[in-house]
Order: sequence, then C-alpha cells, then structure tokens
Amino acid sequence: MEINVAQLFATINVATIMPEIILSIMAMVLLLVNVFVPSKQKTYLVWLSLLGIIGAGFSAASGWGQNISSFSGSVVLDNFAIFFKLIFLVSAGLAVLISDQYMERENCNQGELYPLILFATTGMMLMASGTDLMTVFLGLELMSISLYVLAGFNRANLKSNEAGLKYFLLGAFSTGFLLYGMALIYGVTGTTRIAAIASSVAQMNSPLTNTMLGAGMLLIMTGFAFKIAAAPFHMWTPDVYEGAPTPMAAFMSAGPKAAGFAAFLRMFLVAFPMLITQWVDILWVIAVLTMTIGNLTALRQDNIKRMLAYSSIAHAGYALVGFVAANATGTTGILFYMLSYAFMNIGAFAIIVLVGKQGEPNGSVQDFAGLGTKRPVLAAVMSLFLFSLAGMPPTAGFIGKFYLFSGALEQGYVWLAIIGVLNSAASVYYYLRVMVFMYMKPSEEEFGWVTIGAPISLALVVAAAGSLIPGIIPSYILQLAQQAVKLI
Amino acid sequence: MSNILSLMTFLPIAGVLLLLFIPKDSKGVLRTVAFLTTVATFVVSIPVLTGFQTIADFQFVENVPWIAAGPFAMRYNIGIDGITIWLVILTTFIMPIAVLSTWTAVEDKVKEYMICLLLLETGMLGAFLALDLFLFYIFWEVMLIPMYFIIGIWGGKNRVYAAVKFFIYTMVGSLLMLVALIYLYLLGTKAGITDFSLVHFFSLNVDPATQTWLFLAFALAFAIKVPMFPLHTWLPDAHTEAPTAGSVILAAILLKMGTYGYVRFAMPLFPEATAQFTPLIAVLSVIGVIYAAFVAMVQEDVKKLVAYSSVAHLGYVMLGLFSLNEQGVTGGMLQMINHGISTGALFLIVGFIYERRHTRLISDFGGLAKQMPIFTVIFMIVTLSSIAVPGTNGFVGEFLILIGAYESSLRWYTIIAASGVILAAVYMLWMFQRVMFGELENPKNQKLEDLNAREIAIMVPLIVLIFVIGVYPNPFIEKMTPSIKKVIAQAKVQQTTAQAVSEAQPVAAPAEAPQAATQPAAH
Repeated sequence: MEINVAQLFATINVATIMPEIILSIMAMVLLLVNVFVPSKQKTYLVWLSLLGIIGAGFSAASGWGQNISSFSGSVVLDNFAIFFKLIFLVSAGLAVLISDQYMERENCNQGELYPLILFATTGMMLMASGTDLMTVFLGLELMSISLYVLAGFNRANLKSNEAGLKYFLLGAFSTGFLLYGMALIYGVTGTTRIAAIASSVAQMNSPLTNTMLGAGMLLIMTGFAFKIAAAPFHMWTPDVYEGAPTPMAAFMSAGPKAAGFAAFLRMFLVAFPMLITQWVDILWVIAVLTMTIGNLTALRQDNIKRMLAYSSIAHAGYALVGFVAANATGTTGILFYMLSYAFMNIGAFAIIVLVGKQGEPNGSVQDFAGLGTKRPVLAAVMSLFLFSLAGMPPTAGFIGKFYLFSGALEQGYVWLAIIGVLNSAASVYYYLRVMVFMYMKPSEEEFGWVTIGAPISLALVVAAAGSLIPGIIPSYILQLAQQAVKLI
Repeated sequence: MSNILSLMTFLPIAGVLLLLFIPKDSKGVLRTVAFLTTVATFVVSIPVLTGFQTIADFQFVENVPWIAAGPFAMRYNIGIDGITIWLVILTTFIMPIAVLSTWTAVEDKVKEYMICLLLLETGMLGAFLALDLFLFYIFWEVMLIPMYFIIGIWGGKNRVYAAVKFFIYTMVGSLLMLVALIYLYLLGTKAGITDFSLVHFFSLNVDPATQTWLFLAFALAFAIKVPMFPLHTWLPDAHTEAPTAGSVILAAILLKMGTYGYVRFAMPLFPEATAQFTPLIAVLSVIGVIYAAFVAMVQEDVKKLVAYSSVAHLGYVMLGLFSLNEQGVTGGMLQMINHGISTGALFLIVGFIYERRHTRLISDFGGLAKQMPIFTVIFMIVTLSSIAVPGTNGFVGEFLILIGAYESSLRWYTIIAASGVILAAVYMLWMFQRVMFGELENPKNQKLEDLNAREIAIMVPLIVLIFVIGVYPNPFIEKMTPSIKKVIAQAKVQQTTAQAVSEAQPVAAPAEAPQAATQPAAH
C-alpha cells in the first residue's frame, strides 16, 4: 500500500493547481478574518480578496508555456487554461471591487460574500484546467453552488431570493443533463479522460451513427449551453440577473460564462473532433438562435439589468459563432472576446451599481436620465462600455467580434457572419438607448448620490482601460490567445 | 516632416486632451482652444498641399505594422493622393468655420461639444488618409460616434430620433461592408496577400460572381452614406435636427465619405461588378436628382430644403463618378468639393437666420433683403453657386459631370439628369425669393440685425472659393488628374469584358472614352 501511495504522490505536481490552492486558502483565511472584522469595515476583505486574486493570477501566469499536467492527467495547466484563469480572475477581481459599496447600500454586506466569490472562481479555474470529465464536473459544481448562494445573497430582498432559487433549480436540472451525458460517454468509451475519449472515438467503426455517443454528446452540449446561457436554454438568465445583487449579476455574466466556454471548447474540440460534422450544425442553429433571441428581446427591455441579461445572451451567441468556426481564428476570438467582455460588461454593471438606489425600486433605463450632465465622467465611461458592447471601433469589443466573425468567414460560414453583424447592428439600438437617456433626456428627479468609493473607482479605471486599450493595440493579447488555443 | 499626415490627423486629439483640463464654465477659453486647434490643423495641412506633387502615387506615406495575429496583419498605413488631397484640405478648411459658426449658438455643454467636433475631425481625416482597409474601417466607424452625439445632444426637437436613425442606418451598411472586407482579405490570403494594404487588393483578380456580392456590400455602405435614393431618408432628419456646425460638417464632409468610398474602394476593387451595376446606380442617381428636387420644392423648412438639395447634388456626383471617363470623374470629384463649399455655406446661412429668429419656416420670413443687405448678397452668391450658375464653382462641376456622363454609356440618364439643373434653379430661387424679397410684413423680422463681423469672416473664405473655383478651376483639377486617370484605369474592365457589357447596352460606347479624355477641362 505504501508503495502505491508513493506512486500516487509521485504523479502529483502541486504547481498544476497552485492558483486554485492560493485562492482556496485565501477564501478560508477570509472566512476566519471575517469573524474579527467589525461589520462596518468590510472593505478590508475587499483588499484581502484582491490580494488572493492577484496572487493566483501571478501563479497562473508564471506557468505560461509550460503545459504541465498532473493527477494522472486529470488536471492540466496549459496556456488555454491559464488564459481562461486570467479571465476568471479579472472578473472576480472586478466583482469584488464593485461589491463593497453595493452591499453596504443594500445592508447585506456579510463577509461571506468574498470567500464565496473566491470559491466560485476556484471552481471555474478547475473547469478550465480539467482534462477529465470528473474534474470538469467537480469544478462546475464548486462554481455553481457558490453562485446559487451569491445570486440569493440579498436575503431581505424577495427578488434576490427568487433569483437564487430559480438559478438553483434550473442549474441543478441542467447539471443532471450534463452528468447523464458524461455517464453515457463513459459507457461508450470506457474512460473519463477527455483525450482518451477522443482516441476511443477515433477507433470506433462508425462513431457518427452510434446513438449512445451522439446522445451523450447532445446532453453534454445541453448542460454547457445552459451554463453559457445559450438559446433555447437561456430562460433563467434575465430573472436571475435582475434579482441577483448587481455585482453578482456582473460576475455571473462574465466569469461563469467564460468558464462554460472553457470547458465546452476543450471538451468538444479535444474529445469530439471526429464528430464535428454532427455538432457543428447544431451549434450553428444555437448560435443564430442565441444571437437573435438575445438581441430582439433586449430591444424591448426597460429594466437595465434585464437588458444587459439579454445582451449577455446575445454575446454568448457571438462567441458561439467563433465556436462554430472551430478554427484558430474563431477560438482566438472567443478567448479575446471573453476577456474583453469581462471588462466591458462588469464595467457597465459597476455604473449600474452607482446609479441604482437602495432596494433598486425600478432599476429602469430612465434612471440614467441626466447622467451626462450630473456626472459627465461616469457617463463617458459608461458610453465607452456600451460602445464596446456594441462592437464599435476602437474598442476591445470590436476586435473581439472581428476575430469571431473572421473565423466564421474563414471556414465559409458567410451567412452566419452576416446574421452576426446584422444582430450587432440591432444591438446598437438598445445600447444607444441608454446613452439617449444619459445625454439627451433631462433628469426627472434628483440623484441620491453616494460618493464613489476607492474600490469601485479602481474597478472602473481597470474596466475602462481593459475595454479601450486592447481595441487600439490588441496584438499582444491576441497573440497570447493564439498561443493558448494552439494546444487544443 | 515625414509624419505630417499623422500630425494633422491627431492634432485635434491633442486639442481634446487640452480641453479636458479646462473647466467647463470657461466657455470662451473652450471655444478659443477648439478654434485654435482646428486652425493649427489647417496650418499643418498647408505644407501637405504645397508639397503635393502632381503624380498618381500616394505621397507622404507612413506605413508601420500595427496589429498582427492569426491570418490578419493590419498596418498603420496612411497617405494622400489626388483623390484625397482636396477632400483633406476641405476638411481642415471647413472645421475652423464650423467651430466659429457655433460660437454663440451652443451655450450648453460647450466642452463636450468641442470635444465631439475635434474627435470628428480626426475621424474624417483618418478615413480619407487610410490606405489600409482595416484602418479605414476603424476611422469610418469612429466618425459615427461624435456625430451621433452632436445631433443627439445639441440638435433640435426631434434630435434623438434623428441621431439614432443616422447611427443605425450607417451601422447596418458598414457592418455588411466589414463582412465583405474580411471576405476580400481572406480571398487575398489565398493569393499571397499578407496585410490589409489597399494597393495589394487592386491587382487581386476576384471572379465576377464574388465581385458582385462584395461590391454590393461595399456599395450599400457607401450608398447609405452618400445618401443615394432610396436610402436617403436619414439625411433630411439628421440635417434638420443637427446644430449648424453638425449640418455643415455632415453636408460638407461626411456625405463625401460615401462618394469617396466609391472612387477609392468599390469601383477600383471590383471593376466587373462596377460595370454590371453602373446602370442601376445611374438610375438611382437620376431618380435621386429628380425626386429630391421635387421634394425640395415643397419643403416649408429652409433647412430641409437644403438637405434635399444635397441629395440631388450627390446624385450628380454619383452620375459623374460612374461615367468612368476623365471628365465625369473629375467633375464628380470637383463637385464633391463644390458641394462641400456651397451646401456648407447654405447651412451656415440657415444657421444665421435661425439663431436670430429661432424658426426656419419659409413662411415666417419675407423681405429680409431690406433689413439685411450684406446677408442678402452672401445668400445670393451661395444660392447661385448651388444652382450652378456660370462663374461659380457649381457650374464647373456640374458641367464636367454632364459632359462626362453624356460621353459615356450613361447618355440617356444624363439627359434626364440635366433637367434637374432647371429644377434646382426653381426650388432654390423660389425659396430665395420667398425669404428675401417681398414685403417685410412680419414685425419680428423688422428688427433683424445684419451679419456681424464674425459671421462675415466665416462666409468670406467660402465666397472667395466659390468664385476662384468658378473662374479658374484648373489648379484644383490639375492636382487630381493623374490619380483620377489611375482610378479610371483600375475601375475600367478589361477590354474583352467591356465589349460584353457594351453589347448588352447598345448605348454604351467605351471606345469614346479615351477620345473624350483628351479634351481639356476648359472653362
């Protein structure tokens, strides 16, 4: 037995999961510190969380190019995983920074918030690193359970409760699909290692007509489609985003969506390349539905959080365009886009945090009326985020879309690209609508302005820089993303 | 000065940075800084004009790598040639005038207003100068944002509708162009093209079927911008609602982006498709000329009338460009400049009376000539220029266009379009008569003050140009000629295909073109 244990440990390279370890330890430290910090000084927790996030970021980044695998090949720290980990950490960092002020206002600044964010992020990082169905699932559950709690974090608020419960029920349901799919795949191939699944499928006589394999793949696709909020599994998104505390909605729209894409991409591009003719057509339909439903519904929203929820559905659709392309350009686009999206979307939510009133009585677009006069800097920054979301140059959102649609064109999906750009054009309307209120309508009532705290100011500066600078000089990030997708 | 074009393009951005540090209540300082920035930009553009050699090649070129990732390589590649030289000068020339024109008209959010104007200038100059398709697209889109705010924030009553319509119309067109642009690039990579530089794509032989689609995508984007009938509906709204400076820039420069796009991109890149679509575009241009003239006739709002006259004028420009012979294209290019000057001036004039009376309805005026003699003279000159009376710039441009189009395959269209000249005289002079002559009945008009020194100073340079181009257009035409010849050579289909096209249309006589091209542009 002792020899076996020694052998087991010999396969373990802790460096593979160092970022996860750092983040988990920091989360537990925060839980402890929280007990000793007076309830009025939770800002300490913000900075401590940020410290953990930055630490994990450095740890992850230091593994760039090394491509180390451990735990008998069930976890890997490759460039692909690292790039996604950095996206999650950016989302988590920004979410942490914008939480403090919001939670204080809504009287629910419990210290548990920060450890939960860190745990959710740990789960996402594991998802991106997982090269085994089990590790992916483990990460997914760690992320999801933390998110269920975060969505319902504002206990006193009915809508937040509804959001938490709804997310939990539907999330659990979709996890069932995912797990069932994994079980079927295991049944067909006899392995849970993603790479081994691929070779097993490759040895099959006729993988394309194998019902169990096809069913398993479809069920897994359903599970992931739910996580990334792709149509027709997007129904939960608007309710959850609207009810969840705003910073958590921001976090959910960026981090977990990217995590879903990370696992989705790795699984389909590594495990099922043999079946690409099957899944790519389904994804084509899903991408078109997701973009179109997301955008058309967003056009009619009055509540800004619901609007951004539908817009986030549409953005998942754009990213799926790159997925359908399934080539280097398209996947590079997905990585770049997910990173940009984290900056621009959380940035937009940060402004919503600042503009919203206690209890969020209406949360409608009208709340933004007159912002351009009262707070020109905030309005200008919000415009930047909105233009980036709309994909206007010279913002990061444009470069991201450029690569996504280019990927599709390179692969010959001309109609998909055209549907994509037409959707982009439609989306301009509802993003412009916010600007119409900010600049072109007088405010009807006085703002109950809170001062803008240091954490949220930092978040805004970082988000604005992240939305603008990669739009002007995108080469570096694009090249990193390119190196990241080479491995899969 | 090897970076003079960059300096010129980004000087307005430097002005923006300066404006950011000026308190928003010091409106005088804000206006002065913005004005001086635009003047400085104009001054920087003068050595470009004087150093410009009359050859077909791109000059003052700056070409450095910018983005490189995946199959794509974008370069910061800018330069100027005969097609763009006057458009660029027009831009730097109109901008100080535009800033001056809003000295007293805009009192609210002056800082943001000036920032928008300066950003717009950078966008416009960049779009004219870009020689990299991707860079062009970036500037092309960047122009939209400040213009959207200018119309939407400082515009009239219905400004939000107009601004959003303007934005979305343009966006739809340009996004389809983006798809075509990427598609073209990817085609190019198969032929060994490694970056987005425009010159690579001229020699790319795209097969005619593909050309059709790519041309349609480009042409749609440009047609919306021009705007061509029936895509013109955003223009009257945008013009009517925009503040004076917005209308001036929109008319003088932004609309030229569309026609410029045809000359620079759509036509030389896709010669077969150009030949194929020439009849369609000619029909739409002629409809635009006639239809817009009739609509302009019944307008009650002076500004709307001028806006529709823009649609008509741009119809001529398109007709000239698509006649694809030297006179036609030269006339089109010259008319772009002329339209910028005279329609820009008309919008300024409308702005003057609007600022005094806060109305633009023709019925509110009458007999102003008695009260405002200087204004009357200036208005008269600009009106005559707009209806292309000999001796003014408009005549030279329209005459060249009509000759060129008549000599080309578009002969019959020309005959119909020529009647638009008469219609233009009808609606412009009728409007002028109702506003300026007759009895000074409205008591509110009896206290109108004539133009002040600032307003006269704005108009004088424009008036001078109207006559200079009208009497002695050769220096303007000469600088353009080599580049125009080159564009025609690129955009003309190879002889074999041209014959196939001419068989389809008996009127078409491409053989006449060289002979026609030898005639000097004498006036």
